Amino acid sequence: MRRYLTRKILIYTLTFFLAVTIDWLIPRFMPGDPIRNMLARVSVASNASAIQMMYDYYARLFGLDLPLWQQYLNFWKALFQGNLGISTYLFPTPVVDVLKRAVPYDVFLLVPSILLGWYAGNHFGAIAARAKRLDNFILPLSYILTATPYMWLGILLAWFFGIVLGWFPIAGAYSFSLRPTWSWAFLLDLLHHWFLPFASLFIIEFGGWAIGMRNMIIYELEAEYSRYLTALGAPKHLIRRYAFNNAILPQITGLALKLGVIVAGALVTEVVFSYPGIGYLLLAAIQNQDYFLIQGCFLFIILGVLIANFMIDIAYLVVDPRTRRGMVGESA
Amino acid sequence: MIKRSELLYFTLRNRKLVIGSGIILGFLLLALIGPTFAKYRPMDYASPLGAEPPSAKYWFGTTFFGQDVFSQFVHGLRATFIVGLLGGGLGTLMGMLIGFTAGYRGGVVDEILNAFTNIVLVIPTLAVLLIIAAYLQVRSLLMECLFIGLTAWPWAARAIRAQTFSLRSRDFVDLARLSGMTSLRIIRDEIAPNMMSYLVLVFILQFGGAILTAATLDFIGLGPTNTISLGLMMQYAVLWGALPLGMWWWFVPPGLAITAIVGALYSMNVGLDEIFNPKLREI
Repeated sequence: MRRYLTRKILIYTLTFFLAVTIDWLIPRFMPGDPIRNMLARVSVASNASAIQMMYDYYARLFGLDLPLWQQYLNFWKALFQGNLGISTYLFPTPVVDVLKRAVPYDVFLLVPSILLGWYAGNHFGAIAARAKRLDNFILPLSYILTATPYMWLGILLAWFFGIVLGWFPIAGAYSFSLRPTWSWAFLLDLLHHWFLPFASLFIIEFGGWAIGMRNMIIYELEAEYSRYLTALGAPKHLIRRYAFNNAILPQITGLALKLGVIVAGALVTEVVFSYPGIGYLLLAAIQNQDYFLIQGCFLFIILGVLIANFMIDIAYLVVDPRTRRGMVGESA
Repeated sequence: MIKRSELLYFTLRNRKLVIGSGIILGFLLLALIGPTFAKYRPMDYASPLGAEPPSAKYWFGTTFFGQDVFSQFVHGLRATFIVGLLGGGLGTLMGMLIGFTAGYRGGVVDEILNAFTNIVLVIPTLAVLLIIAAYLQVRSLLMECLFIGLTAWPWAARAIRAQTFSLRSRDFVDLARLSGMTSLRIIRDEIAPNMMSYLVLVFILQFGGAILTAATLDFIGLGPTNTISLGLMMQYAVLWGALPLGMWWWFVPPGLAITAIVGALYSMNVGLDEIFNPKLREI
């Protein structure tokens, strides 16, 4: 167990290290010059020497005149002090504060959709496996759902339920007329705005897990132990329960692998619904070329995915006793 | 070895494969010849009236600015297939390169490559693509394919490594090694042909994955700067109020095409799996 956890933590530390390095590296070694771009966008001075002066000023401000190793160390130092720079789009708010305001919305959207989608998808898939009628209906539907781009389902839901039927609002996290308070009216309004983005994430995830579980259950029902149980005359529901318990393990690992895709899906869904999470910020940052904010979003996304991965590892540890005893080295 | 005619019989009898490839071929055809039928250039302001619903003049209607949706759609389809083919192809190649090397070599090489794969696997692909794309002022379609291919390989590498691992210790591979074949030839002539069906499936899934990733990138405005794409069409539709204006003809075709293409690929994947693996065939 300790070996399993240290291995995981080592991988995640390396990943984080690599991610921060990428975050530092790309702005410095990409063709094009962010400072010059920024000056070109805001510059009013046509005087070349004035531009050069401003350029030098910003280069010094960002520490670009230091040797590279020094810049790299400074980058880490600033990171540990929670300093990700100042957003130019929402000047003069520090990037960390901008992100801190957005993260609760992401958690609010992602955690329920991931957990419920996973739970419902797995249970539906397990029921659908080897149940001819249901399978013929669920399987094609699930394949279509996993093939659907997240933003398109979001667009369709927003259009149909928001515009055509007018049941749900299609923009923002709460009505403009309300102020965030802990009142019932506000909470209901919050849920009202949350429902469609949540539903579009939930539905697509549901399809993916249902297919995975269905295929796993069929595989498990073919396994020796299932045949042995059948031969012994064990009741069907008992065999299915064993099959489910075995099939759920790869689905937990699968959740860790799919996190990146789900987060990407949440980003575009937020754009569709103007939901004020990181995805929505990111679009604004890209359109306004706010590089610090883009880099901050990148780090927050990576950090969130790493934390979620670690939580899934711990869940795996709880569910599968073999990992606790160190019997599974390879698969995990 | 299955007889050729038998394989063909199971191929044609497999509905999932036939329907899936039919849809793919249909869209491919549309992508190839569609642009010659388009009466307007994708970004030209064709209609002086602005938004118009589908009509004989504008088959798929026009955008908020009066651009021809049909023209944008068929040009976007082209970009979609190019991304799938090149991005998915590159992802498959990278996966093969790393998977074969790690699986066949084993030992320290495997340890290092495996750790590397695990790290890249944990980093959300899109986040990396985001930050790369954001710092590039001018982006081409080929660059997008390159980035997607270079970040999509980890799961393929992992799967191919596992397969190679199990083939490595077979007798025929040992024999090839004893007869003095080079590692490269053993992988190419002995191992790869034995997992050809698997490699085809990996390519199909990489193809679909590349299309979805590209759509996401395009949608948040980090796609190619000089070409129209299906993702970009959806972004414009959302940003310019196609939803409140009820302009369904603007956002339905691009998403429907992506869903149909990727869904058809998945269907082909399942169908091919059944053909390669007789145990899965429906009787």
